[in-house]
Amino acid sequence: MDKFVELTSVSKHFDTKKGRFQALADVNLSIARGEFVALIGHSGCGKSTVLNLIAGLLDANEGGLICNGREIDGPGPERAVVFQNHSLLPWMTCFGNVHLAVEKVFGARENKAQLKARTEQALNMVGLNHAMHKHPNEISGGMKQRVGIARALAMEPKVLLMDEPFGALDALTRAHLQDELLRIVGQTQSTVVMVTHDVDEAVLLSDRIVMMTNGPAATVGEILAVDLPRPRDRLALANDPQYHAYRTAVLEFLYQRQQRPAA
Amino acid sequence: MNAPLKTPLPPIAKPRLSAQALLPSAAALGNLFKAGIAPLLGIIAFIGFWSLLAQYSEGLPGPLSTWQAALVLFADPFYDNGPNDMGIGWNILNSLGRVGVGFGLAALVGIPLGFAIGRFTFLAGMLAPIISLLRPVSPLAWLPIGLLVFEAAGPASIWVIFISSIWPIILNTAAGVASVPQDYLNVARVLKLSEFKVLTRILFPAVLPHLMTGIRLAIGVAWLVIVAAEMLTGGIGLGFWVWDEWNNLNVEHILIAIIIVGLVGLALEQILLLIAKRFDYAS
Repeated sequence: MDKFVELTSVSKHFDTKKGRFQALADVNLSIARGEFVALIGHSGCGKSTVLNLIAGLLDANEGGLICNGREIDGPGPERAVVFQNHSLLPWMTCFGNVHLAVEKVFGARENKAQLKARTEQALNMVGLNHAMHKHPNEISGGMKQRVGIARALAMEPKVLLMDEPFGALDALTRAHLQDELLRIVGQTQSTVVMVTHDVDEAVLLSDRIVMMTNGPAATVGEILAVDLPRPRDRLALANDPQYHAYRTAVLEFLYQRQQRPAA
Repeated sequence: MNAPLKTPLPPIAKPRLSAQALLPSAAALGNLFKAGIAPLLGIIAFIGFWSLLAQYSEGLPGPLSTWQAALVLFADPFYDNGPNDMGIGWNILNSLGRVGVGFGLAALVGIPLGFAIGRFTFLAGMLAPIISLLRPVSPLAWLPIGLLVFEAAGPASIWVIFISSIWPIILNTAAGVASVPQDYLNVARVLKLSEFKVLTRILFPAVLPHLMTGIRLAIGVAWLVIVAAEMLTGGIGLGFWVWDEWNNLNVEHILIAIIIVGLVGLALEQILLLIAKRFDYAS
């Protein structure tokens, strides 16, 4: 298998007031080019930490992280992040938010018209060309998250990192955006790592589901390959026994082998 | 949400709406009346209390004689009979000018300093004891230093404005910089924005609401202090005018000055609130 992103015995601890907290221990994971990987686990298991390590927003204490043959050393636009709370800059329009990213990545090589076209194309892809010149506070939560996805996609990243991107949305909006993401990823053939706590989301979207053990010292518990044909259709899958088998496998891991920590 | 491409509804209801706007309903008028009645009653009660007080006091003029004096005063606000006798308009403008210059200099020094303090914890640690020590000092205590250094009354009162309005600017800017959401900075990190772009595209807009609060507090303090400073330094200005009218025993004019100081302060505050509203991004 082509190892596009590779984590080798990665561990991470945080120094808190109560002493050292070992968040991750000995995490090993390889992700192939064009693969969609979901990281799932109970809250506090360090799945977001894994994502932030790949993003370069955090540094590992031990182990190696490689993306596209190069050591991950700090964040960069080739590993775009869709943040959980959209993280749009409220003083810029949707266009401005996406353009900031486009300008940074392609500004040196392309002229203004090309940059504008790229920005518009990205917003178009998430179905937001009509809200381009609105500010984030004028649009709904789902639309903000779309802008966040457009901003990340517009950078043409090598890896798209998504940290519970739909966690804060209502169920219908979430389903809608999941379908959009399936379509977009089908088009762009992006490599995606998504953190989620939604079992259905993980099975619907991923090629592989990485299930994490509970923290502290969390690590990869099990990896489930989801062998459902693409393009996937939510309604057709609802009656697919294979889909339910995958779903049950994840649920069993989460609720039998990894008891929910006392909340 | 489900159909984001849907075109907005055509504005068919527009003519009806504009007719409604022209003829406000009885309910709207009633609300306006209710909103206005309390402040109006308060002002009437205040004037009543004032005239009652004036009747039983020897020196204090009542509202009516003050009003008449004000009419005379504002009939010709910009006369000029030499440096010790100028119209009320000149006095107001001179005070505002000093506040403007002193505040402007404070902003020029305070905003960059606030940014630096907010961004670099070491610098914040260095300056914290000095700022904590100097901030509670009464602004007028700085006046002799100003007179000593500048050897002139005008620059000395500007110096007092400068030193009294710089603290809110520094502290609010620094607090604003320190409280910029980590999410915004993470966006900057993922995009690998240059330090300059981080400053202009992220830090400055994020800090602006805090900065506006600092500016509002600073101008408020500056306006409080200018009257006192001018009383001591003289020259043309509201403070000097109050002191001059006290020497003339023209108490009506002192009362008018108090109301003018209040009104100008209120106007400054409202203007700055209006500007601040423009930069308040609810996310």
